[in-house]
Amino acid sequence: MNLVFYVIQQFVNALSIGSLYALMAVGLAMVFSILRLINFAHGDLIMVAAYFAAFALLGKLPLVVTIVLMLAGTVLVGLLMERVAYRPIRGAPDVSALLTSFAVGQILQNGTLLVTRFLQKPNPLAFPVIGALSGVFTFGSITVSRVNVVSLLLGIILLVLLSLFVTRTNLGLSMRAAAEDLPAAQLMGIDINRVIATAFAIGSGLAAVAGLLFAVQAGQLTPYMGFTPVLKAFIAAVIGGFGSIGGAIVGGYALGGLEVLLTAIPGIGDILPPGLVAPSVQAWLKHWLPSSLSSYRDAFVFVILILVLLFRPNGILGRREREEMG
Amino acid sequence: MLELREVEVAYGNIRALKGISLTVAEGELVTLIGANGAGKSTTLKTISGLLRPKAGTLLYRGQSLDRLPPHKIVTLGISHCPEGRHLFGRLTVVENLRLGAVQRRDHEVVQSDIEHIYKLFPILQERSAQLAATLSGGEQQMLAIGRALMSRPQLLLLDEPSLGLAPILVEAIFDTIRQLKREGATILLVEQNARLALDIADRAYVMETGHVTLQGPAMELKYNPQVEHTYLGT
Repeated sequence: MNLVFYVIQQFVNALSIGSLYALMAVGLAMVFSILRLINFAHGDLIMVAAYFAAFALLGKLPLVVTIVLMLAGTVLVGLLMERVAYRPIRGAPDVSALLTSFAVGQILQNGTLLVTRFLQKPNPLAFPVIGALSGVFTFGSITVSRVNVVSLLLGIILLVLLSLFVTRTNLGLSMRAAAEDLPAAQLMGIDINRVIATAFAIGSGLAAVAGLLFAVQAGQLTPYMGFTPVLKAFIAAVIGGFGSIGGAIVGGYALGGLEVLLTAIPGIGDILPPGLVAPSVQAWLKHWLPSSLSSYRDAFVFVILILVLLFRPNGILGRREREEMG
Repeated sequence: MLELREVEVAYGNIRALKGISLTVAEGELVTLIGANGAGKSTTLKTISGLLRPKAGTLLYRGQSLDRLPPHKIVTLGISHCPEGRHLFGRLTVVENLRLGAVQRRDHEVVQSDIEHIYKLFPILQERSAQLAATLSGGEQQMLAIGRALMSRPQLLLLDEPSLGLAPILVEAIFDTIRQLKREGATILLVEQNARLALDIADRAYVMETGHVTLQGPAMELKYNPQVEHTYLGT
């Protein structure tokens, strides 16, 4: 029976980490689909959100107020980023936009560092414990951490809401139109500045949620903590099919599943109950899949990314790029 | 209704329009004819705000369009059906039509306007749930025109509606343009098929390398020896 519980636990882990990746990847995908901009500063929004939450909690503000402040603050930073850095260079070559996103990231990181020094907080900063998100849920003999369950549920709820928004509302429809053909969208009477600002606002809000959950799991914050998440989100978006919201979601969960598999499968020989497989197979598993292999997880992830780029360059949900006219 | 005075437009250092003046009166069907690269599409893009004039003025019902963004120009009542159709291929037919009306405030009558487009082009009703990219060329052109009509324009800019269509479909599209004209629409039509354009237009402008070289009533231009020789191939 141990094995069943183990599988369920790993499944929850996969969905939970997948939710975080998906929440981050959709923000990257929405902005890319409209502006052809790979916004690497998106990761720093996660970091900014985590710091907003930490400062609010250290100021003894209640959790609800903290979450509202964090969301509002991060969305504001995201909107400012678009208005101040990206709008003036719209229409510039893609490389300029990419470099700008690195510059924006540097500014956010160093800005955060300055603020922590000014407030005389340590670096790295320990993230305050949130009662509602710490501890574990126990269902029979299955235990899963609360933050994983919350990540999983929040991720699914928010992504469903996002899908409803882009398919059911005029603003969402405008966003999909702008992603496909910006000049034609303008000819429909769509105010593209409003659509782009909306994409940044939604992306920042989802990044903020991911940032909070990420901070709870990591336990401590540094101004550079956004790098790994944005890289993972980027990989997720590429695996799923870059530039589509659906692709980002599929890619996020695929990457989450992949990472958990790559962590869980090595060492499987030690967990299998005796008698489930032939002893020779079990010995073979123990020999060839030792638990120490799991530390190579990220290397395997990148190998799979390379394979995806080689064999399905447009991702799991990818379509062939069409030639745009005019 | 619409007046362009000495409008100049450049792509970087390349001057595409070198001082264009033209007018369109209420209820008129005016056509711009000329070879590739003469500046016809550039003229339409400048009117709809996708391009900014370097010099000159554009007036619509007495209001200047020079500095307005495209979405504001749509709300004034100008709708541009672009060359190459530019449909949203990953969206359905009905979503494309809804987008044509997306800036309107009277959301409750949008559905009845969609019905109206279906009457104009019955095939679009059959295809309403299909992705626009899966339509045939003729159906796509019908959808592009239908989508442009969804904003209830007072002035319709049509860019090369016959491009790449079989003759029988060209006939159908031009029948629709005639019908719109009978219903009182004001249309500025850019067309390479000069014969067809001159047949249905009230007035015409002939463009060459960024200039207007000839203008006048369509019937007159049709029998102008120079036009006959260059554009009608007789």
